[in-house]
Amino acid sequence: MDSSVGPTRQLVRLRGRSYVAFVFSPVVPIVGWLEEIDATLARSPDFFVGKPVVLDLSALDLSQSAIVHLVKSIEQRNIRVLGFEGVDPAQLDASMPPLLTGGRHCAPQLTVAEKREAKPQATSLLLDSPVRSGQTVIFVEGDVTVLGSVSSGAEIVAGGSIHVYGTLRGRAMAGVNGNSSARIYCQKIEAELIAIDGYYQTAEELDADLRSKPAQARLDGKIMRVTALT
Amino acid sequence: MAKVLVVTSGKGGVGKTTSTAAIGAALAQAGQRVVVVDFDVGLRNLDLVMGAERRVVFDLINVVQGVAKLPQALIRDKRLDHLWLLPASQTKDKDALTEEGVGRVIGELRGNCDWVLCDSPAGIERGAMLAMRYADEAIIVTNPEVSSVRDSDRIIGMLDSKTVRAEKGERVEKHVLITRYDSGRAARGEMITIEDILEILATPLLGIIPESQDVLRASNVGSPVTLNNPASAPARAYLDATKRLLGETVPMLVPGERKGLMNLLLGRRAA
Repeated sequence: MDSSVGPTRQLVRLRGRSYVAFVFSPVVPIVGWLEEIDATLARSPDFFVGKPVVLDLSALDLSQSAIVHLVKSIEQRNIRVLGFEGVDPAQLDASMPPLLTGGRHCAPQLTVAEKREAKPQATSLLLDSPVRSGQTVIFVEGDVTVLGSVSSGAEIVAGGSIHVYGTLRGRAMAGVNGNSSARIYCQKIEAELIAIDGYYQTAEELDADLRSKPAQARLDGKIMRVTALT
Repeated sequence: MAKVLVVTSGKGGVGKTTSTAAIGAALAQAGQRVVVVDFDVGLRNLDLVMGAERRVVFDLINVVQGVAKLPQALIRDKRLDHLWLLPASQTKDKDALTEEGVGRVIGELRGNCDWVLCDSPAGIERGAMLAMRYADEAIIVTNPEVSSVRDSDRIIGMLDSKTVRAEKGERVEKHVLITRYDSGRAARGEMITIEDILEILATPLLGIIPESQDVLRASNVGSPVTLNNPASAPARAYLDATKRLLGETVPMLVPGERKGLMNLLLGRRAA
């Protein structure tokens, strides 16, 4: 604040910046309200870490000593109080957090960090019912196996290969993560579209002799090869 | 507790309303207490097919919104004591339906009858979604056409994911009802075959209803085909389908494959 006297005079630059803060609106009885805070902390102890809060006391009529006591109670729980809202400025002295005005509502993203145990990632997805028209199955982590048919208007997207133990009438897109060695297998091929690693073929381009027969599709360089499965 | 059965299809004009009326009447004839509910808000037709259009006072929307009580809106059929209609509103649209409201009405109906038949509107939007939302069983009405079969497939997918039962991890029991089956066109190979339909839909068959003028005639006089002319081919097919719905085993007849009268008379000639 105090500008030190130097040989060249520096300009004080002021910039505006806004921050998102939680606002606490305590209600009477304060003891009960503090118990709620404790319950939240018991569920997720790190919830308020690094998140200072603003106290909105407009619903309450507290004396100065009561305000001091409330701030202490909150800070005992390792929650820092950034400022006040809805308090008479006369009730605040220099040792207390300042009065804030002009706050606006926003929806902070309350993401409670869930600690997940690292499970080994599944590398295949098994569907034991038909995939119906309008449904999309996306599984970029690996292979998709369908025990049943894939209907016209349905879509399977897989990072790995696609196996259909039924009729493939919809769209099948394998190797979407750039896996050009992925393949598509089905018991009956009537697909609207098949694609591997971005190279695709529509039903019109499909060899008429292969239609309704067991087939596999693979990528040979940039050419889609659809061959009969014997 | 009643079973809630939705009659749905995705595509329009395949015979949902006709089938709802015919099967509802057939169930009531079999001694079941039946309420048919028209979910086609804004384009209601079930009241016409049931011949109750002149007695509509309150409707589904009134009950959903709490304006009227359920018993006030239910219209008892003049021919069958066990059959009631809950009509749709013609002036409102489907946005007037709320999930909670529909759930409340269905819940109230469940306690008071044996079957609740929900006549779904075409499409996959709000009206169709809410008609199937609380269903225990579903009849998927399909015509032997590629577009109808594909739409039915889409609806089956929704029955398996968007219903309350599906969300609880239970199953909605599904039946395919093939309607407007034209044996002449089938013989000439101009229609998708029944085997192909069942292979695509992978769902059990409830019945095959032949295309017939009797259906149109029944609608015109405001009577379900099973009541109007029970001896007609479509009525018999609906009656058989209803028996299957009630758990009976009835042999499936493919219309047109029965031997004609001359074949019966002359079929036994000694070689």
